Amino acid sequence: MTTTPMNEAAPLLQARHLTRHFKVGGAIARKSLHAVDDVSFTIGSREIVALVGESGSGKSTIARLLARVYKPTSGEIYYQGRPLSGIRARRDVLAYRSDVPMVFQDPFASLNPAYRVSHGIMRGLALHRPDVPRTARRAEAERIVAQLGLDGVGDVLDRYPYELSGGQRQRVGFAQALAYQPRLIIADEPVSMLDVSVRIGLLNLMAKLRDEEGVSLLYITHDIASARYIADRIMVMYAGHLVESGPVDTVLQAPKHPYTQMLVGAVPDPRAPLSASLATDRAEPPRVIDPAPGCRFRQRCPLAVDACGHVTPDLVELAPRHSAACHVAAAAAGVGELAVSARGSA
Amino acid sequence: MPSVQPSETAPATEPILRVRNLDIDYDTAAGPVRAVESFNLDVGRGEFVGVVGESGCGKSTMLFGIAQLLTPPARISGGTVEFNGADLVTMTQRELSATRWQSLSVVMQSAMNAMNPVKQLAAQYEDVMRAHGERSAKVIRDRSVEVLRLVGIDKEHLASYPHQLSGGMRQRAMIAMALLFTPDLVIMDEPTSALDVVAQRSLMIQIKELQQRLGFAVIFVTHDMSLVSHFSDRLVVMYAAKAVEIGPTRDVFADPGHPYTRGLLDAFPSIKGPRVPLTGIPGSPPNLLHPPTGCRFAPRCPHRFEACDTPPPLFDTGSTLAACHLHEPARVEVLR
Amino acid sequence: MTATVLAGTTGSAEAPRRSPRLGGLLTAISSNRKAMVGAVLLLVFTVLALAPQLFTSYHDPDAHAYDVGLPPSSSHWLGTTAFGQDIYAQLIYGTRQSLVIAVVVGGLATVVSVLIGVSAAYLGGISDHVLSAVTDIFLVVPTFPLIIVIAAYAGKGNLLVMMGVLVLTGWSYGARQLRAQALSLRNRDFLQSARVRGERRSYIIVFEMLPTMSSLILANFLGSALYAVLTAAGLQFIGLGDNSAMSWGTMLHWAQNNGALQTGQPLWVVAPGLCVALLGASFALLNYAFDEISNPALRPVRRTRAQRSAV
Repeated sequence: MTTTPMNEAAPLLQARHLTRHFKVGGAIARKSLHAVDDVSFTIGSREIVALVGESGSGKSTIARLLARVYKPTSGEIYYQGRPLSGIRARRDVLAYRSDVPMVFQDPFASLNPAYRVSHGIMRGLALHRPDVPRTARRAEAERIVAQLGLDGVGDVLDRYPYELSGGQRQRVGFAQALAYQPRLIIADEPVSMLDVSVRIGLLNLMAKLRDEEGVSLLYITHDIASARYIADRIMVMYAGHLVESGPVDTVLQAPKHPYTQMLVGAVPDPRAPLSASLATDRAEPPRVIDPAPGCRFRQRCPLAVDACGHVTPDLVELAPRHSAACHVAAAAAGVGELAVSARGSA
Repeated sequence: MPSVQPSETAPATEPILRVRNLDIDYDTAAGPVRAVESFNLDVGRGEFVGVVGESGCGKSTMLFGIAQLLTPPARISGGTVEFNGADLVTMTQRELSATRWQSLSVVMQSAMNAMNPVKQLAAQYEDVMRAHGERSAKVIRDRSVEVLRLVGIDKEHLASYPHQLSGGMRQRAMIAMALLFTPDLVIMDEPTSALDVVAQRSLMIQIKELQQRLGFAVIFVTHDMSLVSHFSDRLVVMYAAKAVEIGPTRDVFADPGHPYTRGLLDAFPSIKGPRVPLTGIPGSPPNLLHPPTGCRFAPRCPHRFEACDTPPPLFDTGSTLAACHLHEPARVEVLR
Repeated sequence: MTATVLAGTTGSAEAPRRSPRLGGLLTAISSNRKAMVGAVLLLVFTVLALAPQLFTSYHDPDAHAYDVGLPPSSSHWLGTTAFGQDIYAQLIYGTRQSLVIAVVVGGLATVVSVLIGVSAAYLGGISDHVLSAVTDIFLVVPTFPLIIVIAAYAGKGNLLVMMGVLVLTGWSYGARQLRAQALSLRNRDFLQSARVRGERRSYIIVFEMLPTMSSLILANFLGSALYAVLTAAGLQFIGLGDNSAMSWGTMLHWAQNNGALQTGQPLWVVAPGLCVALLGASFALLNYAFDEISNPALRPVRRTRAQRSAV
């Protein structure tokens, strides 16, 4: 897979201190679920960024924040330099939605079963492509589905969702997104519910979209192997925090954050012998309700030190373009307060 | 940490389960659909057998067929399931109840769906034990504590409801429930699919440990080949209602005889090593209402030739059994 | 399990190209014996309502034209009433009002149910609380006494008032059901997909949500129509309808007033009563088809003769 260098100049999308909380509990004891806390990242043009994490990590919430399904509790998202909170007028909102569409996880639920498959695509063209007159829409829809490899299915546009397989439906989902001529597609676990032999086809398609159409993708998944297969960069989330970020091979071959190390070690690879050295970790990611400051991974972390319980580690660059949010890793790289104090006392 | 080296041999131990020519049909408005065809499997005492395949291949149906848990419109239309010498298919409900849970138990895919949401764990274990003849409250209590200890759950959770436990703990509680009577065979239907990768791995290691310690056999159904790769002794690959490859796990991975198995293996991108473009398997599984008359994988197979118009039996490739004409003894070329 | 087994059947060229809504409807009815009976009955009544003059030669059923209290004969198939009216002709001409009430009240009540129930579910929050509270109030109010009170005061003998009252008391149950179904649909991906596409909320409710609820809405209509038929007949029976109008309910009223059963004219009561029951039954029977659409587990599996002989 060819990797194109990241566009360093102007990021397409930038998130700064993005936070989203949900109110839980009854009317009397109102608590706050911290789904996403203080997350900052950028996405450039023509790149695939993988957002990896287990369930409850906040990755789906990030997707919905970017898709404007939720509003951030605090923090801001900048698209091409403009803050999203400033986009109010319906025309501007539509323009953003046209540039940043979303593809959903469940191929059996993401298409309206009462309509033919063409419905979503045609509506999308009507709403977002004023350059395509009504008479030309059908032809444009056919061109798009052909691009996605669906032209082999006869009259695919006139079929109902129940007549298509899961993989075909996901391609239709991508067709709907592609109809807008987007800049960035948010793909929320697009292949998790597909059979293994079908996944590769979709993943190759996503890479093709980046290479040939110049579309960026935010690929959200819990499957690290598939992230490695197509992504240029990878970001790892844990319990609402972004804990590591960098070029995909660098992060996966030499992960700096203990959680990433645990994740990478847990991925079953039939070609490699079972590494029995890994301690059997039984805990699962916490539901973050009214959390105290400090690293949220500390209970499961084999390297935790005293500072981890009091100070929330920041995401700092520990190697070129490779950042991690871990006091111990930062100290090891000679960066941050722990390292400073260690040097001071040495 | 106990050894997790899989044993190399095919059932060297005496078989406790013998499935012969099992056929399972679904009755639909358009006619019967054969979801499992002529399925054969022997499971030895203490053996871990993995069954892998994609959606629609019949693996879960086969599993439920073995456990006699099929409900209409599904039914067993042929074959035998011999367990500890007796044919389960022809047994009455009463006879089945005696076997169930004592010798054969089931772990379902989702604990949240399989457990009673309004009962504490202790009450659920008690239900199971009383249903199978245990009367003494002390024995019930002691056994419940014991099985929880086996799976690493603190006994205070006997008072917990399923929703109070984390996903991984729930699955382990289910496995504990399956072990209440130390059965000879535990069949598991994708018990880890609802878990995240770290919890999955720890659960698999746990299952393997228990299996080696208590000596029960396992039939483990999953769509994820790599998950069972380190744990199963033998592997069965299913496609379109048939078993297309059977063999020791290591051999199936190292030298797959069937083009479908090879295609499946190639569809897993790896974390280490160079990034290579993969192709997956083009096309989709056949319509089981009108299955192809010859080899069912032929329409998608890169190696198809004339012989593939007749359905292939399982041939011995030297390392595994594969249902592929490329391995017919008369043929000179061998699939590499 | 069935779903994954049959997943292999997708994509084949032989799959019938049928709209999941309309075509599915007709097949569901025609393949279900109970629904077919209901459909035939309804068809018969519709034809009678549209062209009553084709079925009887007596075109003025109101006129006191004949001898009173005649038993059934070749010129009066069901005999005559205590006023000398032909019972059969009354029955035929009475069909129209009963059917109109059923359809109009059923339709209006369903429209109100849909508007309130689905909006409450989709809008959520305060709107949901308010709308649900309103629904609950109407649900809990005892209908028959309310109907009697309103009809007696507001317009004894006024058909429109009676229909209004029936709509007012008949919409709340359906609204509850539709709200529940809409709630379960609310977070489905295809609705989120429409939202992310930029559709307005009103568009999503009407064009994305309602089409997927069509079978429940139709079933609601049938239920409301049934309710309307029976309750209207009841109201007319106790004299709160328009007593000079031609309908089955008023026939029952006059029959009762004149002691038809006691004076040996049972057909005067039995005939319209039976018709009310049959019209109501036709709606109830049609409803069976919808149960099976929405819940495939209820569909009977029909084994062909070949299968039965092979086993």
